[in-house]
Amino acid sequence: MSTVIPIRAETSAQTSGCTDVVPLVERGQREVFCGLTGIIWLHRKIQDAFFLVVGSRTCAHLIQSAAGVMIFAEPRFGTAIIDERDLAGLADVHEELDRVVGQLLARRPDIRLLFLVGSCPSEVIKLDLSRAAERQNQIHHPKVRVLNYSGSGIETTFTQGEDACLAAMVPGLPASTDTAPALMVVGTLADVVEDQMRSLFDRMGLQVNFFPPRNSQAMPVVGPNTRYLLAQPFLADTARALQSRGAQHLPAPFPLGVEGTTAWLQAAATELGVAPEVFEQATAAPRQRAEKALAVQRQMLQGQRIFFFPDSQLEIPLARFVHRELGMDLVEVGTPYLHRQHMAAELALMPAGTRISEGQDVDLQLDRCIADAPDLVVCGLGLANPLEAQGITTKWAIELVFTPIQGYEQAADLAGLFSRPLKRRLKLAA
Amino acid sequence: MQLTLWTYEGPPHVGAMRVATAMTDVHYVLHAPQGDTYADLLFTMIERLPRRPPVTYTTFQARDLGGDTAELFKDAARQAMARFNPAAMLVGSSCTAELIQDDPGGLAQALKLTIPVVALELPSYQRKENWGASETFYQLCRHLVHKPAADKPAKARPTCNILGPSALGFRHRDDVKEITQLLNQLGVDVAVVAPLSASVADVQKLAEADFNVVLYPEIGLAAAQWLQRQFDQPYTKTVPLGSHATRDFIVEVCTLTGLPQPAQDPSNAHAHWYAKSVDSTYLTGKRVYIFGDATHVVAAARIASQEMGFEVVGLGTYSREFAREVRDCAKRYGVEALITDDYLEVETQINALQPELILGTQMERHIAKRQGIPCAVISAPVHVQDFPARYAPQMGFEGANVLFDTWVHPLMMGLEEHLIGMFREDFEFHAGAAPSHLGSTRPAAENVAPVVAAPISAPVATPVTAVASPTAPAPTNTLTTDSVQKVAAPAQAASNQATWSPEAEKELGKIPFFVRGKARRNTERFAQDQGVATITVETLYDAKAHFSR
Repeated sequence: MSTVIPIRAETSAQTSGCTDVVPLVERGQREVFCGLTGIIWLHRKIQDAFFLVVGSRTCAHLIQSAAGVMIFAEPRFGTAIIDERDLAGLADVHEELDRVVGQLLARRPDIRLLFLVGSCPSEVIKLDLSRAAERQNQIHHPKVRVLNYSGSGIETTFTQGEDACLAAMVPGLPASTDTAPALMVVGTLADVVEDQMRSLFDRMGLQVNFFPPRNSQAMPVVGPNTRYLLAQPFLADTARALQSRGAQHLPAPFPLGVEGTTAWLQAAATELGVAPEVFEQATAAPRQRAEKALAVQRQMLQGQRIFFFPDSQLEIPLARFVHRELGMDLVEVGTPYLHRQHMAAELALMPAGTRISEGQDVDLQLDRCIADAPDLVVCGLGLANPLEAQGITTKWAIELVFTPIQGYEQAADLAGLFSRPLKRRLKLAA
Repeated sequence: MQLTLWTYEGPPHVGAMRVATAMTDVHYVLHAPQGDTYADLLFTMIERLPRRPPVTYTTFQARDLGGDTAELFKDAARQAMARFNPAAMLVGSSCTAELIQDDPGGLAQALKLTIPVVALELPSYQRKENWGASETFYQLCRHLVHKPAADKPAKARPTCNILGPSALGFRHRDDVKEITQLLNQLGVDVAVVAPLSASVADVQKLAEADFNVVLYPEIGLAAAQWLQRQFDQPYTKTVPLGSHATRDFIVEVCTLTGLPQPAQDPSNAHAHWYAKSVDSTYLTGKRVYIFGDATHVVAAARIASQEMGFEVVGLGTYSREFAREVRDCAKRYGVEALITDDYLEVETQINALQPELILGTQMERHIAKRQGIPCAVISAPVHVQDFPARYAPQMGFEGANVLFDTWVHPLMMGLEEHLIGMFREDFEFHAGAAPSHLGSTRPAAENVAPVVAAPISAPVATPVTAVASPTAPAPTNTLTTDSVQKVAAPAQAASNQATWSPEAEKELGKIPFFVRGKARRNTERFAQDQGVATITVETLYDAKAHFSR
């Protein structure tokens, strides 16, 4: 397999794959999470940050349902529940918020970064959280920095909550004074994946910063010399914010599977002048290891027909991976939102004629899914058991966000996530 | 504004979903923003339902807000009607839609649907899940129940309805089965169970039964009271949780119906005998803390006190609607009820009381885990493991059996844990010993070396609380209050410890190994308190006398 993949539309991928695809756009009931859910993995990443949702009991209930048992380990997230006194104007909402934040910070003196997270209720009543954050900043400066972003369902879908969070941090990143190009990887990766990527870049002789950082006191610098790779496909606003600080995007497919990871690394290596033999030396061993591990999974998955419901925007890169590296056939690839520019390299690699859908009308999509009778359906937990009960094998999508799946070492694990439900069905049927 | 890390109850529209999902041909059209569909997975994952809850969400987004969200609602209702063809429709708003002030009731009326449409007013910023379920069921009854015909045919056996069981209810599935069997054995037929598995036609017939059985007052009481007002239909006040309450329930049903009371308990009523058997003596006076919904807490307190012989040291509920009942109940046990939905308050109280057993929700289970206290789950909210595959009612006589096992298991395990902690000194149980069934593979050197030295010189690594008296091999009350407090601060004395005389050391060796660590520690503590520098045989027995009070 070539390590260099045509990643720019103007070179050779002009008409290949799904570059010019017209997605099936649907509006209707959407069976998706809101952006608040991003808190679940973001708070694990930034270890001295607290996420305070300003919302309703529904918001608190959502996070606790999604967080499962994590809530009990003295979590670094909570909800300031708006009550009728706030709505009736009996209480000054901003004073109330001051009180709650004071109470919270007194309880958690280890917190250095506080996010006020907007929700549907707070946005509908037009609670100005950016002003509130500014005021809190004055009160708690310099011990705690307070930022705000929206994770509401009316603004964001699932992983877009991370986008909004990172975008809120960008204006506060220290400015870089260097002129030599510097590399930044943007998007939350599991620590183990981050460490692997860092060591791969090390072997190429590249220094790399990860954003978000593990600690709010170690924010990466940004400036016109910054070249950034997106590790996640859902970071439209963050990319825009970085762009406005002068940083330049390195277009690449996302680091899923051997091919995706190689192309992703290659984009940085090419831009920062890594010699081809150095690149080859750094990546050859893990690449071969991953290919070998994938070959086992491929036997199980080859020729299986897969259907993706929209969830996280990871669907297109995942579909590209399962098709090209595992030989699966794509029935439909649904995504909550299609960012053409960030997805360009991925679309070029997709088989031409793939049915790609953007948005959702869940009942119609279920009709299509059942009519297509795919071998495996990637969907949310609200749909998974009902589809299983109809005899359709499913892979629940959230796991793809919570599990380390990026990079060479995880390629086979990622494939395993798709093969396990099929294997299980065979075992139980026997 | 209230700072919340954990909430015992969801918003009221989740309560409405529990009623809609319980029923067979009702559809709920919920005006709600994108994301509120998360609630579906409570049903498909925690209760493991093989179908989607019958709920259509409008899932409006920001771009819809400037436009016509009302039209969006009407479209959703129209489409839900066409697709699902329900026998009745519930319409309402979630918390965000409540703020944008479309009127689902009015909008649905404008559609002129041919089926009954029940508009729900669920104040999301004041009320919670159980209230939402109760209100929804009550409104369904008000809209659907028909007045029974004046000349209804006489029935051979009295009939009743069972009110309250719903989707996502803690053991509702099996409680219904158990109580239905019990009623049938008494000679009562169950006409309708609602809302669980009821159709709209079933609900319409509710007034035809002779009386109502309210299994879960949190959800069924408002409807039962309304049925009594409207149709003179009496309802049962006793919730048959526990052997005693089940007997009271039988008496109540027999009084209502004029049926004869059965002479004795059924043959499967084991819990009563188990509690009386000598094996259970060590349960006497165990200090128990109880938290959960009002119904389960009040019942659990009675069972704990009267059927298990525990001491109730604290209780509370998150059900504000039933605060008065819980306060009255607490008075009977001489404690103050904690009425709160803040788990930190519960944790603080548990910390202060240091009970030996906690009965609560999944939240209390985690508090208990953190503090190393045995715990059993008695009430929602619960996790997936408390929607078990096996038959596991809480109510009736089989329920009493289940409760006995469930509550005692963590204690037995607690006791086992302590014993293993003590056995650690023993030659057969030290860390390096292979399991006995692998005797032939045991390395020869290892099973001899640490044996003799360890019991005398090694300090006990884990807190040993199981046995208070050093010489009695199987004392009854193993985990008393003071024994817990005695081990609370054991390690601090290490620096100025008394030395053991050889005779005392030898005497200590005569004490059974499983209480030896405890005896050693108590003696050292006693010696320190008394300012004794050298521990003699006398000191050893003085200490024994001191601690065995």
